[in-house]
Amino acid sequence: MSRFLAGRLLQAVIVLAVMSFAVYGLIGLMPGDPIDAMIAADPELTSEDTERLKAVYGLDRPVWQRYLAWAGAALGGDFGHSRIYNRPALDLLAERLPHTVLLMGLAFALSVAIALPAGILAALNANRFGDYAVNFLCFAGISTPPFWLAIMAMLLFSVSLGWLPATGWPAAGDAGWAERLRHLVLPVAVLGLLSAGGITRYVRASMREALRQDYVRTARAKGLSRAAAVRRHVLRNAMIPVVTILALDMGALFSGALITEIMFGYPGMGALIYNAVMANDYNLALVGLLFATFTTLAANIAADGAYVALDPRIAFRAGA
Amino acid sequence: MSPAALAWLRFRRHKAGLAGAVFLLLLAAAAWSAPLIEAALGIDAGSVDLFARYAPPSAAHPLGADDLGRDLLARLLRGGQVSLSVGLAAAFIAALIGTGLGLLAGYRGGAFDAALMRLTDGVIALPLLPLLIVLAAVDPAKLGLEDGTNASLFRVIAIVALVGWTTVARLVRAAALAARAQDYVRAARALGAGSGRIALRHILPNVASPILVATTLSVGNIILFESVLSFLGLGIQPPAASWGNMLAHAQETIWQAPRLAVWPGLLIFSTVIAFNFLGDALQDALDPRS
Repeated sequence: MSRFLAGRLLQAVIVLAVMSFAVYGLIGLMPGDPIDAMIAADPELTSEDTERLKAVYGLDRPVWQRYLAWAGAALGGDFGHSRIYNRPALDLLAERLPHTVLLMGLAFALSVAIALPAGILAALNANRFGDYAVNFLCFAGISTPPFWLAIMAMLLFSVSLGWLPATGWPAAGDAGWAERLRHLVLPVAVLGLLSAGGITRYVRASMREALRQDYVRTARAKGLSRAAAVRRHVLRNAMIPVVTILALDMGALFSGALITEIMFGYPGMGALIYNAVMANDYNLALVGLLFATFTTLAANIAADGAYVALDPRIAFRAGA
Repeated sequence: MSPAALAWLRFRRHKAGLAGAVFLLLLAAAAWSAPLIEAALGIDAGSVDLFARYAPPSAAHPLGADDLGRDLLARLLRGGQVSLSVGLAAAFIAALIGTGLGLLAGYRGGAFDAALMRLTDGVIALPLLPLLIVLAAVDPAKLGLEDGTNASLFRVIAIVALVGWTTVARLVRAAALAARAQDYVRAARALGAGSGRIALRHILPNVASPILVATTLSVGNIILFESVLSFLGLGIQPPAASWGNMLAHAQETIWQAPRLAVWPGLLIFSTVIAFNFLGDALQDALDPRS
């Protein structure tokens, strides 16, 4: 187990290092750079000044040297300052993180609360009307553009019915929990409903696979009722791959959260990353993307760990 | 009965898949005959008519007009060309890359195989959308590329294909690994067939159906990604129409004309779900075990 985990951790560190270099290089390829912005802001700058500024910011050096300097500082905990907010990038991220955790947590809970019963019922009623209905809704869930569902939800619940606020977040201090909840309803519903589709399909497939197994037939043959066989034998085995998929789905959930946050003007990390990329805020975009990658990798390792912990038949091989 | 006839029989039983195929054929036919339809109705996707701003549906504008008086139907059809081209082209390129690397890894094995599998693990683990946003924000001029007329189209195809090849690579590698030990492959080698011939003539045909299924399913996903990128202003650039950028624009005018936000989204949804149903039906048809 420890060898297995060590292998996975090493791999995660390599992926993070490669990813950070790739993103560092890519961000340098985005339109404009900080010096351009300064030149635009101050027409009196001479070309000697720009050379001097480039040297001050290290922009006259090749990209790998700059990357190493950045990585060295980052390992020491200094991820640089955000250009647009003029504050340490890490602080900004930390401020937004609780919002994203709240949104993703609630949406995740909602999607699991939908997916588990729906997937289990569909599998138990295979090839009957309920199964087809669930299956169709799942396909609808994975085929709906998230931003479109967000627009439609705003159109219905905010514009036509006027029940809920369309976008934004109450300013700190002047709103209680009720007001915050009202702002959370639409983003959580959109993100949760859309991720429920994919998860339901996994639950259904996993249940059907487990229902086919010999030990289920044995359990029935020794006189167990269908309900008891499902409860004791099918459910437990079917949930093992589901737990793994839930953890592996974190990356997709984060992508969904990014769109949802942008659409609803929700002050989360995804919207922060998007704005940083669009505004050419190097340090902020980098630290945001790396954090997103780090969380996804951590979720993947947790998925492997959960798989191993739940299924004693799995043998460990380092790096396998 | 021949295997093809059997597959067709199973495919036909999947009503949703059949409906999806018919819908996609009709959509493709309509999208690529857009010039004919425009000529017949006397409209043009690009022509601005400020007297027809937010015009409701009428004989001249079957679905109405947008905030610049451009015909909505004509723009939807042009956007359909973009979505279908991006989806099909990117899925095809991703499948080619995936098949090539997967065959090489599965058949050769060794260090290349190990490196490739670690690479696909890494790519699969990445949060896809933030990465696509960064890739799409790259300035082609800084890479020394010219900005041509279809530059944004090609760029979207390239970046989606760049991250989309891993599924097919894993499928093909697993199948090649399994086939390498089969008697028919050993027999072919005994007859003097080279590695290339074995890979292409004996292993590839055996993985053709999973590749086809995975590629069909990925087209839907790619169309979703294209629409998201275009919606965020990073994909297809206006004035060229794409369903995604039409929606971005419709969001700004949602108070005046909610209708403009409904149609592009409905088309993205129908197209993506049609590809998903089609892929599901192909899986049932080509893989009797599933």
